[in-house]
Amino acid sequence: MAKYAFFLGCIAPLRYPGIEKSTREVCAALGIELVDLKDASCCPAPGVIRAFNKKTWLAAAARNLALAEQQGLPIVTICNGCYGSLFDAAHELAEDPELLAEVNKILAEIGMEYKGTTKVHHFAEVLYNEVGVEKIKAAVKKPLDYQVAAFYGCHFLKPSEIKQVDNPENPHILDDLIEATGAKSMPRKQKTLCCGAGGGLKAAFGDVAKKFTETNLENMKASGAQFIIDVCPFCHLQFDGVQKDLGYNIPVLHLSQLLGLAMGMDEKQLAFSTHITPVKL
Amino acid sequence: MVSPKGEISKEVADAAKMCFQCGTCTAGCPSGRRTSYRVRKIVRMAQLGLKEEIINSDELWECSTCYTCVERCPRQVPIVDIIIDLRNIAVAEGHMRPQHKGTATNLVKYGHTVDVKDNISKLRVELGLPEVPPTVLANEAAKADLDKILKATGFCKIVQE
Repeated sequence: MAKYAFFLGCIAPLRYPGIEKSTREVCAALGIELVDLKDASCCPAPGVIRAFNKKTWLAAAARNLALAEQQGLPIVTICNGCYGSLFDAAHELAEDPELLAEVNKILAEIGMEYKGTTKVHHFAEVLYNEVGVEKIKAAVKKPLDYQVAAFYGCHFLKPSEIKQVDNPENPHILDDLIEATGAKSMPRKQKTLCCGAGGGLKAAFGDVAKKFTETNLENMKASGAQFIIDVCPFCHLQFDGVQKDLGYNIPVLHLSQLLGLAMGMDEKQLAFSTHITPVKL
Repeated sequence: MVSPKGEISKEVADAAKMCFQCGTCTAGCPSGRRTSYRVRKIVRMAQLGLKEEIINSDELWECSTCYTCVERCPRQVPIVDIIIDLRNIAVAEGHMRPQHKGTATNLVKYGHTVDVKDNISKLRVELGLPEVPPTVLANEAAKADLDKILKATGFCKIVQE
């Protein structure tokens, strides 16, 4: 049984607990053991905290990585932001012994050390590579017949030179995972266009972020999608939160919620009540 | 490691030097399509050492860090890393938006970038999840450790200023 340290992040547990709940249920059903990464903090967020103070970002990320290292477990995240930060920080620290030594001087102040060994994975990538589409198909109890829009986001795939998850310009693994539930992933224009929320844009220039989202929504609607399926609570928040203002109402589900639905999870357990754009199945 | 001391670091200047101004970055930039942000121009300004112009500009904060430019750059310029380093300099010199200060303050207060809401805590219990997520939120000693890191790296200072 594959075993991972479950990194919660911020938005999922504190805004969309249905994403956390469905991840736990889906992983249990697919034979992935999740051990809570206790005492972890924010990853910290790659577009804001890293942009404010890179030293803080790297040291706090190293603390999270060290917590997993102490348990001898690889990390799994359900958020592109967390994946971006933790994967990139782990990569930088594994590649640069001097940087690692510098970070360890800071960690020494709290009696910790990071040896540089933690591997970081994304939930969707674990499902695709570790579990496999066939096993997911076999676990589906309630096949879905929706037409949906697969939304990859940015930090799940990029920078592709180090991530090597899928083709960053024309990815397919999320489409494949979605279609394992019986749903149809609809082709559309600009499939890899950013949601607009990252890099502190949502906070500082919300109207600009919304313009990114609007183009995505136009393309999704034109494709005939009835749902948006994301792999990141921050993209999720962006799509879920701004649609009303823009005159759209396409419900937004995290991949874990879509899989939960297909595996027969009770709707209540998916906590659609916290979604701003109403989820009507 | 970058230590923002006011000048564009040698690391950033060297990385920017690789750019031959072809404009592939700007052509594919989703922000540039919607704003006056021109990533090629920022990189050019970094090449020329125009620090004040860069850190005083709104455009520096209009990148969503989507990495499309990095993927397509024919010179493998680490463009997002350059933007991040320039933002670090801007913040160190006091250029920070109130909304960003809010996000940073949340990190100092909660150890997370968003706050805790009562209705979500209640729902967590209904879902059979721990009311408080098992993170720094649930352990004062762990939060104190994070606080020490934030202090040691000068983060708390940014928030207070």
